[in-house]
Amino acid sequence: MSNIIVDARGLLCPMPVIRVQDCVSTLDAGELVEAVCSDPGALNDIPAWCRINGHRVVRTQEKDDEYIVVLEVGEL
Amino acid sequence: MTIPKAKAVALISGGLDSLLAAHVAIEQGVHVEGINFFTGFCVEGHTHAIRKQDRSKPKRNNALWVAEQLGIKLHIIDIIEEYKAVVFNPRYGYGANLNPCLDCKIFMVRKAHEWCLKQGFDFIVTGEVIGQRPMSQRKDTMPVVSRQSGAEDRLLRPLCAKNLPPTLPEREGWVDREKLYDFSGRSRKPQMALAARFGFKDYAQPAGGCCFLTDAQYSSKLADLWRSRGEKRYELDDIMLLKVGRHFRPKPGFKVIVAREEGEGKFLQGYRKQFLSLSTTSHPGPLALIDGEVEPADIELAARLISRYSKGRNEEKVEVEVRQPDGSSHQLRVQPLAPSDIPEAWHL
Repeated sequence: MSNIIVDARGLLCPMPVIRVQDCVSTLDAGELVEAVCSDPGALNDIPAWCRINGHRVVRTQEKDDEYIVVLEVGEL
Repeated sequence: MTIPKAKAVALISGGLDSLLAAHVAIEQGVHVEGINFFTGFCVEGHTHAIRKQDRSKPKRNNALWVAEQLGIKLHIIDIIEEYKAVVFNPRYGYGANLNPCLDCKIFMVRKAHEWCLKQGFDFIVTGEVIGQRPMSQRKDTMPVVSRQSGAEDRLLRPLCAKNLPPTLPEREGWVDREKLYDFSGRSRKPQMALAARFGFKDYAQPAGGCCFLTDAQYSSKLADLWRSRGEKRYELDDIMLLKVGRHFRPKPGFKVIVAREEGEGKFLQGYRKQFLSLSTTSHPGPLALIDGEVEPADIELAARLISRYSKGRNEEKVEVEVRQPDGSSHQLRVQPLAPSDIPEAWHL
């Protein structure tokens, strides 16, 4: 199963979180979402959002000036 | 039989008052979830984090952080488009700057009330305290917020509830009025004491509030934007760009935004496909964007202006690349402006 990509490049927080939140609300538990961001704050905020809303961060990655968070949707 | 918990949504700004108010409701056994509205004008650590010199500071989003401390869900709602009507035409007017605080509070409580109706929640919790800044928190405006938002007596302010008539959650016994508070006035001491009692040691206390519209310099730049357009109008990019760089307006319809350091330069780079951009090539220097319909003489002036902020400021000539939004570019060789050549009136 391929990851669902949320392209949040060029957006400042909290917009990447909002984009991820809106995407996740349409998905089922177990699906994977990959958020690609340019705001380094996303590496803190998306995992924080996942923790409080019951989703699991699979991995985070910093590549050049891009910050990637892959998460698994939890039970909503 | 177990009686189901009452359900409340708490407006979470990320500051201390909303943290405490939500905690008071949670302590009383209410199921609380947080809601945070993003207007585009919110002051967030990340906005400052655009600047490289601030990157060592925590980049946390305070609303998310507060929700995590409270152990509650947080719903962040994008209200950028709808919020424009509040900023353009506030029924209760602006504060000291372009801050429509009372209309803003009414709008946010109304949105929270709509959310409650949709999600089957019973009431709304806010961290309002009578007498605290901003102006929406006066004794005479508290009922205005309740009434105009449509929330009526489903709006509970746990920190000052004892100074106000009992609300539905109190009358229904969802919360015990005796365990609510009677804070009033501008002192922060009662909140800090309560925070200590609850064991909250680390919390945000933004000195200038949580909204850029309360900032005089920001409001001045927004007013300039509206004047230059001949109407009150903005998009998200416009109001984000007002937070970044030095802004100069040498004449109507011609504005130059100059990055103050590398972090801002990187941020402005993201706009090079929308704006004419300039950068010095013979010497290290800032990136700049030009906003407006400009003539060659304006571009040369902008080139001289950014050269003033480059390492070549004391040189006879500095080379500047002028890049079109389509990616094509040409070079200019210009004399940097002297500080005395930059009229005070250009600074926004």
